[in-house]
Amino acid sequence: MARFVFRRLMIAIPTLFLIVSISFFLMRVAPGGPFDQEKKLNPVIKANLERLYQLDLPLWQQYLAYLKGLARGDFGPSFSRPEFTVAEILQSGLPVSIQLGALALALALVVGTLLGVIAALNQNRLADYAVIATATAGSTIPTFVIAPLFQLSFALSLKWFPVGGWNDGAFVNQVGPVLTLMLPQLAVVARLMRGSMIEAMRSHHIRTARALGLSDGSVIFRHALRGAVVPVISYAGPAAAALLTGSIIVETVFGIPGIGRYFVDAALNRDYTLVMGTVIVVAVFTIFFNLICDVLYAVVDPRVRYD
Amino acid sequence: MTVAERGRSLWADAWARLRANKAAMIGIAYLLLVALLCVLGPFLTPNSFSTIHKNYTRVAPSLSPYPTPEMIEPALADAIKRGRLDLAGWEQEGDRLILSVTSTREIDERVTRYVDRSDMFENTRVTELAPGGMTAKMETEVELKYFFFGTDSTGRDLLTRTLIAGRVSLAIGLLAGLVAVVIGVAYGAVAGFIGGKIDEVMMRIVDILYSLPFIFFVIMLVVFFGRNFVLMFIAVGAVMWLDMARIVRGQTLALRRQEFVQAAEALGVGRVGILIRHIVPNLLGPVVIYMTLLVPQVIILESFLSYLGLGVQEPMSSWGVLISQGAKNMPGANWMLFFPAFLLISTLFALNFIGDGLRDALDPKDR
Repeated sequence: MARFVFRRLMIAIPTLFLIVSISFFLMRVAPGGPFDQEKKLNPVIKANLERLYQLDLPLWQQYLAYLKGLARGDFGPSFSRPEFTVAEILQSGLPVSIQLGALALALALVVGTLLGVIAALNQNRLADYAVIATATAGSTIPTFVIAPLFQLSFALSLKWFPVGGWNDGAFVNQVGPVLTLMLPQLAVVARLMRGSMIEAMRSHHIRTARALGLSDGSVIFRHALRGAVVPVISYAGPAAAALLTGSIIVETVFGIPGIGRYFVDAALNRDYTLVMGTVIVVAVFTIFFNLICDVLYAVVDPRVRYD
Repeated sequence: MTVAERGRSLWADAWARLRANKAAMIGIAYLLLVALLCVLGPFLTPNSFSTIHKNYTRVAPSLSPYPTPEMIEPALADAIKRGRLDLAGWEQEGDRLILSVTSTREIDERVTRYVDRSDMFENTRVTELAPGGMTAKMETEVELKYFFFGTDSTGRDLLTRTLIAGRVSLAIGLLAGLVAVVIGVAYGAVAGFIGGKIDEVMMRIVDILYSLPFIFFVIMLVVFFGRNFVLMFIAVGAVMWLDMARIVRGQTLALRRQEFVQAAEALGVGRVGILIRHIVPNLLGPVVIYMTLLVPQVIILESFLSYLGLGVQEPMSSWGVLISQGAKNMPGANWMLFFPAFLLISTLFALNFIGDGLRDALDPKDR
């Protein structure tokens, strides 16, 4: 196992390097620059700004300089918000995104698994249909529809929750964003869980367990669930990375100061360093959680061996 | 294909299963209906999608025609004031209005154009001009307009806009879906069929593209291509092919070891020949299933981009644009959110039902 983790980490470094390189050059091929705003800047000032941020150097020199900075853990200054460095922006936004994402992920996994199991044990009965309907709705209705509908019904009409804002993470402010983030994930988890649980309940070792006279609870939770949870684990990796790094829609609609909203803003403003910063954060999270997933496989399913 | 005679071929069999699936058939019927409405509807609706009715901004959906009786007075007063006249009185006779106006200067007959300029009145004429020209009687007709879905905040007919938006969303869904399928099938089939080192490299590339933040990738493509309608198909399609490539590669790897491929090889059929004649046709099942699942994803992606303001530009519209405008006009004009959201969601449901139905119909494991 340790060897497997080590090998995966060794692959992760070149992967990350490639992602950084592709993003860096892809972004620079796009027309426009960080100082091309609607209001034309004085060319002298623009030239000075570009010299300050070393944007006047040949691209490959900028690339090497950026890599050098990264190696020291320096993400560079932000062009669109010059009073902050990219590291500062990420540091202030990431905890918020992680907090919301982690809550949504935990809820989606727990509730989704539970719903999936309930549906599987009541296959083709009312409870099953209810879960399938919820799952279909959750995975079909896009976030950018759910979020305003939530605001309209629960915030504007019923006034149970504020329409938006963060308010230092007050509970009522988190309900809307967490529910909106959770629903699509919950739908997928419930669906996956239902399918694999139905299969698991038909398998031989479950029949054996029943024949040995184990109680229903023991059969379901100790034996069936363990094998059935594998597809959910493989889904949870990418889902965790996506949730914890924030959602553009949820953060803009609810006015949350996370890092999700920087994706679009930074790309549109050609804030190169901020874009790179968010890309790196997302890539690191993706690689990390995929690794965690692979390790969890081996823990849950003893047939999986990496050595 | 001589499918009909045998009756038990893969496709005939699949079609029979699909027909037995009520949800899928309803989905197909609904999708056809929506597509028909979106393609033909804008020719039949009373108002054009881009005409701005400045007297009717954000009016609620209604089956009875506008203007409502209480809307006439202020609009009339406003129009007369623009003509620098004073409204002495008015009365309504059916669809016609008789106005008496006064002025401190001589009244020019061309002043009627100020009344006509309003969206509510047409065919205005001066019927009586008092001697000296300081007072006059004018006659105008009330122009009846129907806004079944209401109007948006610039006064455009939401029904026509929703249908036009549906055209864009469905077209992008289908075309970009097709682009993704073509790229994915070609890439996956080549990787799986050639195998070895080339396969390894090709799939690593897919892995790397996978770990690029997807949104960033799309945004870069859109920014790079400019906000061009046609190129957006390509941008969206080019991003969505990754799953397809993986699925097709897996299938191809399995197919390559089958006896009929070996037989073809033994008979001396070239690699390209085997790929086109034997591999690709056998991939059709999973490709069809995956495509029906891909189209709703593409529609969501396009709507998402449009929601962010990166997609289609005014006066064209897509469901994402309308939903984002609707969200901005809550709670004063909820219909602006409801109608496009309802059409988008119901279409996505229909597509999902079709996809699930096709999967059940084509899944060889189920046979």
